Order: sequence, then structure tokens, then C-alpha cells
Amino acid sequence: MSDASLPYQIEDLAPARAARRIKGESRIVQFALVGVSLAFLCLFLFLPLISVFVEAGARGWQAYREAILEPDALAAIRLTLLVAAIAVPFNVIVGLAAAWAIAKFEFRGKSLLISFIDLPFSVSPVISGLVFVLLFGAQGYFGPWLAANDIKIIFAVPGILLATIFVTFPFVARELIPHMQSLGSADEETALTLGASPWRTFFTVTLPNVKWSLFYGVLLCNARAMGEFGAVAVVSGKIRGLTNTMPLHVEILYNEYMGAAAFAVASLLAGLALVTLVLKTVLEWRFADAIAASRRH
Amino acid sequence: MTRQRLHRLLQAGLALGAFALCFGVISGARAQTELLNVSYDPTRELYREINAAFIADWNAKNAKKISTIRQSHGGSGAQARTVIDGLNADVLTLALAGDIDAVAERSKKLPLDWQKRLPQNSSPYTSTIVFLVRKGNPKAIKDWGDLVKPGVQIITPNPKTSGGARWNYLAAWAYAEKAFNKDEAKVRDYIGKLLANVPVLDTGARGATTTFTQRGIGDVFLSWENEAFLALKEFGEDKFDIIVPSLSILAEPPVAAVDGNVDAKGTRAEAQAYLEFLYTPKGQAIIAKNYYRPRNPEAADPKDIARFPKVELVTIDESFGGWAKAQPTHFGDGGTFDQLYKPAR
Repeated sequence: MSDASLPYQIEDLAPARAARRIKGESRIVQFALVGVSLAFLCLFLFLPLISVFVEAGARGWQAYREAILEPDALAAIRLTLLVAAIAVPFNVIVGLAAAWAIAKFEFRGKSLLISFIDLPFSVSPVISGLVFVLLFGAQGYFGPWLAANDIKIIFAVPGILLATIFVTFPFVARELIPHMQSLGSADEETALTLGASPWRTFFTVTLPNVKWSLFYGVLLCNARAMGEFGAVAVVSGKIRGLTNTMPLHVEILYNEYMGAAAFAVASLLAGLALVTLVLKTVLEWRFADAIAASRRH
Repeated sequence: MTRQRLHRLLQAGLALGAFALCFGVISGARAQTELLNVSYDPTRELYREINAAFIADWNAKNAKKISTIRQSHGGSGAQARTVIDGLNADVLTLALAGDIDAVAERSKKLPLDWQKRLPQNSSPYTSTIVFLVRKGNPKAIKDWGDLVKPGVQIITPNPKTSGGARWNYLAAWAYAEKAFNKDEAKVRDYIGKLLANVPVLDTGARGATTTFTQRGIGDVFLSWENEAFLALKEFGEDKFDIIVPSLSILAEPPVAAVDGNVDAKGTRAEAQAYLEFLYTPKGQAIIAKNYYRPRNPEAADPKDIARFPKVELVTIDESFGGWAKAQPTHFGDGGTFDQLYKPAR
């Protein structure tokens, strides 16, 4: 339990040693490696990203504004924000609970639980959507009962929410688990011995200790919650102005030959990705020490 | 970060979540008359115009106003599937009767004889299948026979999910039956060769259109006539040519109200009026303007009507014994499509 100080001593040493080894290699290898990564990034990351913004602005500022202020687009933006505003806090709470349980306690089936948390990552989003159709669709297990009680889940906001929560579930928990495990429970034990209540221990010891991992988890979780396409497409029913999220709206616009409008909405999503990236970088730079002490990736 | 600030952050998060939840519930509960039209892929532009005209028409005459008509579009078969799974459609405007039959059979929300409830097989407009080729027709595609030449790439959606693709398939079949004097072996050989020339099957007509027009894949696109005209309008007549084959099929995209849903929502009168509006002179004129063939050409602008080429059309009822027979024979599990389509390895 308190052998936790060991892993990050190793971590602290590893980068320095690795760096020395790379410097020892010939400069050609070094340049080649950097060149390959840069070329790759340009081709697969920057070029597409830039093209999104170029296409979005192709018809001018006025057209851009119109595309985003159009009622169906606004509805899609609202729905996307609503879904993220519910899915992210939900996954924060559940993720914290799961990470806490896994990191601080020993119990049977722990590794199984960790695998289950990863499940949404390994399952294709189409399946993630279809399972909810199977459960709650009119022909599904609970379908007749839901219909009789006039509760709509599939092809309505709750279904989109369920699918999004399912898909984004692992982000927070996965960020927290390794961090909490590496911290061990020594701090908490001390706090408890000194007479702090469990809640107080949680808020004054555990939460501040893991705040950066938590923040990363929230960022990633939010980006995916807003960007999810596959699972949401299956359960949405694609009703414009009602169950269309931003990614779905982008596809619809594109298919209606409104390329500029499609890319205008897409640029909002891309903008979100950029904000996430910038936030992450700023944090890493600003709090490098705090983060390095606790993170592995 | 101090403990208080963390507390406050957490509280703010919870409050935001709760607010969002309330917002969702309230906006869901706001009572207004809305209709949901679940349609197939190429009708996006048509129904945008129909909806605006119908709402103006209805609200001028009725006390109970309609605020919005919501649209959902996708491959016809896929759309039918979502309605079967519970999408709360007031009206279905799909690509072919077989898909509404499937909804009637499996959801039991409308009677099996739904197609008799409105005039002309419940199809207020028709269309047909034509070829869209690249400008100047570099592969010299004139008729169905040219499609099986080696090296010709054909774009058509997947008949399992797309209504248009099923019309494509049956039109090709009808041509082959005529060309080979109903010699079944030769017909099957022809269809097999045709399918072998298809590099990719999209799920819906619109996806296939973008594959052909925007991604630039394929030499010929088997397309709804209306979709082909729309592509010309969107991308310019200097990019593509429409080729009208010697024979094609009369495609009747039908419409129906979903009784189970309109009765639960109390929108039967509106849904009924909406569908009937399609048959009015105003509706027929909008239909022709959007490149669908109206049932009543006199109501439409003669210039719109002049665009439609004359072509020999077979019907699904005469040549294939109706959708009830054609669907399982050709597109059911193990039907002719399954037997003849062998994806490129």
C-alpha cells in the first residue's frame, strides 16, 4: 500500500536517461525522426485542420454567421452543450467513485472492473448506439413498457445522453486511476488518523492531490462528448432542430451541398479541439512540476 | 486550489448540470403542434419548400396552428427501421411502398392496406432512374448494356438500405429481361456483371451522390432523376451530363400517416391535410419545381414539365408483381441481390 513512492522515482529518472541516449545517436537519425513526425503531423493534422477553417470562411464572414445562427444549427449547438453539460459532470462523479474504489481498496474482481471501464473504448460506437436501441427501442426489451408510460428514450434527448455517457465514461476514470494508484493511501490514512471525517479527507486531501488528472479527464471527456458521432447517430433519429447534435448537423449540411455552412459548424467543433489543446499545453507548461510528479502520459 | 474554491467549483458544476436538466425537460414539455416527417434521402430540398407552403396554408385556415414540421432524412430502408424501432413519425414519405409495408407489418402502427388510402397508390409524385455521367460522357455510356463493359465504374447505393438503389436494381433487371427475352440465366449474368462494376455501396442516395460528385469516384451514377437534376443545379451543367436509358422504371415514392403515432399525439387532422396538400395544384407545382414528376402536370409550370425526358417506363406491379413480391425475391435475405453481389476482394 505505501510502496507508492517507488514508481515515480523511476519515472523521474527515465526521461533524463532516455534523452541522453538519443543525444548519443547520430544527428541524421535525429533529423530523420523529427522530419518524419513533422511530415506526418502536417499531412494528417494541420492540413485537414487548416482546410476546415479555410472552407468555413470560403463564402465570407456573413455566410459564416448565417450558417451558425440558422435555427437548426443553433438547436444543434444547444443540444450538444446540453449533452456535454450533463454527461461530463455525471462522468466526473462516477469516474471519481470508480477510481477511488480501484485505487484505495483491495477487492476481488478489481482487474475485471478496470477492464470493464475500458470497454466503451474497445467497442465500436455503432454497437454502443445499437445496444440502447435494443434495450429501449419500440421492439426492444423495455420498448412496450416505455411506450405504455409515454417515456421517450431512443430518438430523443435521453437516448443521446445515454449514448454519450456510455462512450465518454472511461476518460475521467482512466486519467484518475493510475494517478491515484501511484499516490497510494498514505495521505488519506494520515488525515483520518488525525481525526478528519471521510468527506473532509476527500475534499482536502484526495481531490487536491488529483486535481490535474481530473482536469485532463474532464477536458478529454468534454471534447469527446461534444464530438461523438457514431453512437449518437444511431440513437438520434436525426430530427433537425430536435435531436441533431453538432457532428450530425455537419454531416447533414454537407450532404445538402451546403459545404461552407457544414464547415462553419465544423470549425466550431475544431475550435473546441484547439481550445482543449491550448488549455492542456498551458497547464502542462505552467504546472509542469506538479504534473510531472503525478502523471505518466 | 483551496478547499473552498474546489467546493465552489463542484457546486457550480452540479448547478449547471441541474439547470441543463431542467432546461431539457421544459423545452421537451412545451406544447405546440409539430409534425415529424420521416423521409428518404433526396427529398430534403422538396420538403423544405413543401413544409413552408403547407404551414402558411394551414395556419391561414385553422385555429390550431402548426409551428414546425420537423424533418428526418436517410436511406429509405434505414429510415423505416428507425420508425419500427420507435421514431415518432407523424408521416412517412419514403422511397418505395415496400419500406412502409415493413413499418406496417412490424410496428402495427398503420393498417396493411395503407396504400389504398390516398389516390394513385398514395404516391403524389413519381420519378425514374437515369444515368449521371461525367461531362462529355468519356466512357460512352448510352444504355444499360454499356454498364457491364469492363472498366466502367458504377455508383449506386446499397439496395438493402436505400430505396433508390432498389429501383436502380429493378430497372436494370427489367432492361435485362427485355434484352435477353426473359432468359433468367442471362439476366442473372448481366446483373452479376453490373454489380461487379460497383466499387462502393453507400447506405443512401445522397451519400452516393456525394461519392460521385464530390469525391469524384466512378464513371456513371445510377440516380433518381430528381437527384441527377439537383446535382446539375448544384455543381453546374458543365460538370455532368444526364443520360436517359432506353427503358427505365416508374418509381412511385409513397406517403402515409402513421396512425398509431398521430392518434397518440393528436395530430391526425394535420398529418392528413399535409399529405393531401401534396396533391393540390400548389403542392404539385412545388413537386415539379424540385424535379419530381407531378401526377397533375397541368398544375405545374410548363417549363418545369418540359425538363422531363420521355422514356419508356415499366411498373413494379406489372413487371415484378408489386413490392410484396419483389422485396423478398430480390432484396430479402438470400434474395437475388445476395446471390449475385460479390464484394470485390
